[in-house]
Amino acid sequence: MSEINNLKLCDLVDKIKNKKLSSKEITEAFINRSKKSSKLNSYITDNFDNALNSAKEFDEKPDFNKKIPGIPLAVKDLFCTKNLRTTAGSKILENFIPTYESTVTQNIIDHGGIIIGKLNCDEFAMGSSNETSNYGNVQNPISENLVPGGSSGGSSAALAAKLTPATIGTDTGGSIRQPASFTGTVGLKPTYGSCSRYGIVAFASSLDQAGPMTHDVKDCALLLEVMSSFDTKDSTSVEFTRGNYLNDLNENIKGKKIGIPKEYKVDGMPKEIEDLWEKGIKIIKDNGGDVIDISLPNTNYALPTYYIVAPAEASSNLARYDGVKYGFRSKGENLIDMYEKTRSEGFGDEVKRRIMIGTYVLSSGYYDAYYLKAQKVRRLIKNDFDEAYKKVDAILTPSTPSSAFKIGEKLNDPVSMYLNDIFTVPINLAGLPAISIPAGHDNNGFPLGLQIIGKAFDEQNILNIAYSIEKNIGYKNHINDWWIK
Amino acid sequence: MSDQIKEYLILRDDKEYEVIIGLEVHAQVLSESKLFSSSPTKFGSEPNTQVSLVDAAFPGMLPVINEFCIKQAIKTGIGLNAKINNKSIFDRKNYFYADLPQGYQISQYKNPIVGEGSVTLDMPDGEKMIGIERLHLEQDAGKSIHDIDPQNTLVDLNRSGVALMEIVSKPDLRSLDEVNAYIKKLRSIMRYLGTCDGNMQEGSLRADVNVSVRKKGETELGTRCEIKNVNSIKFMQMAIDYEANRQVDILEEGGSIDQETRLFDTKKNETRSMRTKEDAHDYRYFPDPDLLPLELNDDFINEIKKEIPELPDEKKKRFIEKFNLSPYEANILVSDIETSKYFEDVSKNSDVKLATNWITGELFALLNNKSIEITESPITSENLAKLINLIKDGTISGKIAKNVFEIMADSGKDPKKIVEEKGLKQQSDPKELEKIIDKVISDNPKNVEAYKLGKDKLFGFFVGQVMKQSNGKANPQLVNEILKKKLN
Repeated sequence: MSEINNLKLCDLVDKIKNKKLSSKEITEAFINRSKKSSKLNSYITDNFDNALNSAKEFDEKPDFNKKIPGIPLAVKDLFCTKNLRTTAGSKILENFIPTYESTVTQNIIDHGGIIIGKLNCDEFAMGSSNETSNYGNVQNPISENLVPGGSSGGSSAALAAKLTPATIGTDTGGSIRQPASFTGTVGLKPTYGSCSRYGIVAFASSLDQAGPMTHDVKDCALLLEVMSSFDTKDSTSVEFTRGNYLNDLNENIKGKKIGIPKEYKVDGMPKEIEDLWEKGIKIIKDNGGDVIDISLPNTNYALPTYYIVAPAEASSNLARYDGVKYGFRSKGENLIDMYEKTRSEGFGDEVKRRIMIGTYVLSSGYYDAYYLKAQKVRRLIKNDFDEAYKKVDAILTPSTPSSAFKIGEKLNDPVSMYLNDIFTVPINLAGLPAISIPAGHDNNGFPLGLQIIGKAFDEQNILNIAYSIEKNIGYKNHINDWWIK
Repeated sequence: MSDQIKEYLILRDDKEYEVIIGLEVHAQVLSESKLFSSSPTKFGSEPNTQVSLVDAAFPGMLPVINEFCIKQAIKTGIGLNAKINNKSIFDRKNYFYADLPQGYQISQYKNPIVGEGSVTLDMPDGEKMIGIERLHLEQDAGKSIHDIDPQNTLVDLNRSGVALMEIVSKPDLRSLDEVNAYIKKLRSIMRYLGTCDGNMQEGSLRADVNVSVRKKGETELGTRCEIKNVNSIKFMQMAIDYEANRQVDILEEGGSIDQETRLFDTKKNETRSMRTKEDAHDYRYFPDPDLLPLELNDDFINEIKKEIPELPDEKKKRFIEKFNLSPYEANILVSDIETSKYFEDVSKNSDVKLATNWITGELFALLNNKSIEITESPITSENLAKLINLIKDGTISGKIAKNVFEIMADSGKDPKKIVEEKGLKQQSDPKELEKIIDKVISDNPKNVEAYKLGKDKLFGFFVGQVMKQSNGKANPQLVNEILKKKLN
């Protein structure tokens, strides 16, 4: 591995601004390592040739005022990228090349970033292990045959394996935070409305948010600055003053009130995760923070609520993939036959399962009992957080109820797979920001993460708390390049 | 007059059935761009040339509401005397069809932008109020074209995403004449407001027609059938008449009506079942998570109220009061906004009574013959006013005016010029007229004798002779006066 691959995003920005490294050198280093890492299967589509050209162009006319000048980044294949194939991990979009750029990737390009490829993910971001992708499993660089989490599994794997200095994912129920936790990296889901959804292949519109995935909290603050913007092309985008997250990053948490929700102490939670949580609590106390026990009484209902709301929206969002306009089409006897064949062959099992659940809960006669009730419970869950935030500034929980599991272990047990999202899902339902940071290892040496949940639009605060924990917890990722012969 | 109005009833032996009609009118919002995208909406463009990524439902594309369309819907609501809802919600209506790119139509289901209102119809036997249930905004679908390619259906997405207002009436209509008057009144109001051009040929105004029947005197509503997408008043009337008779026949045979959706076949003049209630679509409506609820504050609505022009009902009242027109005349003049503008332009500069008569008489006949709109009239309002003034000040007679009008219709010329060029100016010089009259009297001694002996009818003969001698230009009033003096 080249020394360059070991540099974090902020370090690379410094090196390039100080002319210690060129964009071409950096881009080549990450492309070369990506090429050697095909065993991880983290890429669906690469953009290496174009990226190298862009790097050369940057070096010819460098603009060092940009936030990430000449920095190569691979991104989750859920972001539409102009002239670069975008599949959403699905066969139904296997030949889809957008003529447009998503707002978030456009922001990256506008700030000097160079897109080096599209990273694997669960099909339409539906999954927690990257095993539902039409383009195959992704290996967790931590250990062979371990899942990298999902749905942003290609992103977490590529980041942990240093194939990209940072990356972006999307998070509908935990799809950034859980894979970050499984790979010993940092992942942040911003407040709903912070990052534009324009040009992101939709899963569940009221829950989807794009966010940064990085090696550390500083990088995370910088990349969030780059991604977040008000966008009139997304009606749910919120106009608020975005912070200077990196500049204002501050490890001082003296007097900060941190809530510990009792409902997150679930039955059967591994001891090592409890210990990890205790470790986090101690760090907060040692650094002058106030730890306060709180209650989020409707937490139990979050997962069932999520598995009504998200599939309902998905069943409608995915109706456009019908073989008529773009993407995969199967021949049929007539229109209906063409629809049935196209969608049967084009979608994988998990996507079909969720389309069916979603269709069911929206059907007449069931709507009130499922969808409408779920919307009411969603409101209660949000109210829980509103109540808690009258007493505390942020909330600390584990990111996941377990560490990464083996490939294939939960594939045929969807409910056990869904339970993985138990700590992350409520945050999406409430539209709040939350960050997962690596905090320790389990008995197998697999990474575990802690989650800090903030008030709406209070990203700076959770970044600061995360920064403080990160400095004190002394986490280090153990990666031995097992996939490179 | 009222006993000439026949109730619209379906008769079977001695039984009378009443027909209950409700209309769901789909009116295309007059707007440069679509409801949720900036694509243009021009009619008749090359297929698939007015389609954005949003209209074609590309991955990751999001709808953004067009504020102008919202204002248009509010204006229409005000014109229908309806309640404007401060909060309304856009829902997704889910179904698969090749010309529906999203796989759902964005519409308003439980919370429409406009609530209950009413429309007043002017029927020969008096006014009738028709209740409005609601008005909501929705996207139009694209168009499937089945007759260009023998193997394939082609899709044109130019209409996809165009804003429609669905205006739902209460089941208050009872006859084909009322349907006609209702559609025309809606059209008139929307054209006054500039919110829909009402052009039925271009599909800017279509309707789904709900029909049920019941024995006269019953108060319960019968089971209704919905006839989808009828695009002219004539077809609506034909469809209703067919459907009402069909339902009565079923009831007469002891059967019952199935609630269903039907199609009207314009060639065979019959309605056909499209789908029954059992296989009705389950549209799985739910609020569109890509759009926030639409919240309108009162200031916003009040600002729009200020922009509302005088509408046909008020204008009619004003015409009756200010110009002393009959309700019938006023109605004709206000029903179309362009006609009312034309009338006001003409009457502003000339005699109101003459303006009314000339517009509703000669001008309407001319437009009818040429099958053109008043905006295309070869006779401008300015020229018609001039013509009327020429009559009024005695420059030409009414009879000559008709000739001048015809020349104007063909040439579009200024009537003053025509009168000058053709020398049509009325002879009003008494001395000149006396000369002609003296000559007529001296040329017809026998008739003079007869007249003096009491054959009064001969007076007309003398007038005719004078007019003939003057090539029709003699001022008929003066001729009368002088003749009377001379003969008596």
